[in-house]
Amino acid sequence: MHVYANPARFLKIARPLTAWFGWIGAALIAGALAYGLLLAPPDYLQGESARILYIHVPAAWLGMAGWTGIAVASLMQLVWRHPLAAVAGRAIAVPGAVFTFVCLATGSLWGRPTWGTYWEWDGRMTSMLVLLFLYLAYIALAGAEKEKGGEGRITAIFGLVGAINLPIIRYSVVWWNTLHQGQSIDIVQGRSSIDASMLWPLLASALGFTLLFGAIVLMRMRAELARSKLEARMRRMAAS
Amino acid sequence: MNHWPFIIAAYAVALIATSGLTWWSWAAMRRAEGEVDQLRQDS
Repeated sequence: MHVYANPARFLKIARPLTAWFGWIGAALIAGALAYGLLLAPPDYLQGESARILYIHVPAAWLGMAGWTGIAVASLMQLVWRHPLAAVAGRAIAVPGAVFTFVCLATGSLWGRPTWGTYWEWDGRMTSMLVLLFLYLAYIALAGAEKEKGGEGRITAIFGLVGAINLPIIRYSVVWWNTLHQGQSIDIVQGRSSIDASMLWPLLASALGFTLLFGAIVLMRMRAELARSKLEARMRRMAAS
Repeated sequence: MNHWPFIIAAYAVALIATSGLTWWSWAAMRRAEGEVDQLRQDS
């Protein structure tokens, strides 16, 4: 990863990747959601409301993947002092929070026709709500630390400590027998209880949203690097 | 119960949030990089 420690080298790769990730992601999302909304069969038990699956599951995955990214960036910042790690952590925080919010909102809209309630304090829903609060705290902390001219070490420590919530979310449906359904896809063992007619659009949607998430993170990193460059140039001009 | 109002609301939330975030991030990036280019041309 130290190959990309140089911002100029990183930008050379990030510029074309932003467009590729953005356009391929948008095309995959459009195709998968159109299929999921109009062509995929309704679930035999949940009926039509199962179509929310195609947005709810990718949003949940990205909410958790986003914090995993923050934890990795925090570790790289604290241990290897990677110059772009703090920028990456801050760039992930807002999209991560947005997708966690989308997960909670779509889950709530799924819950009403399926369970008869918008909200229940069950293990999975509560731990996802905690994740949203962690994102909001991270964004506030990162902003405050940057404003005071800090290196972002406290934010990085918070990013690492917050990762403790990830296994709680993952295993909440195993540890507590509550309202949220159990795991349908086992990535490690390559097994799924979802029918292929619903699984493929779900995988396409998850891949599309992941690519778009990557494009958004790259855009935010590029914006922050440009602003840093601008501030440094202004300081040099003011000094001379 | 008719499920479609819930499905439409869920898709609307997801698409508005995703497209809004994408547009905001793209506009911020374009503005910041544009200012750097402008400053480079001026100096």
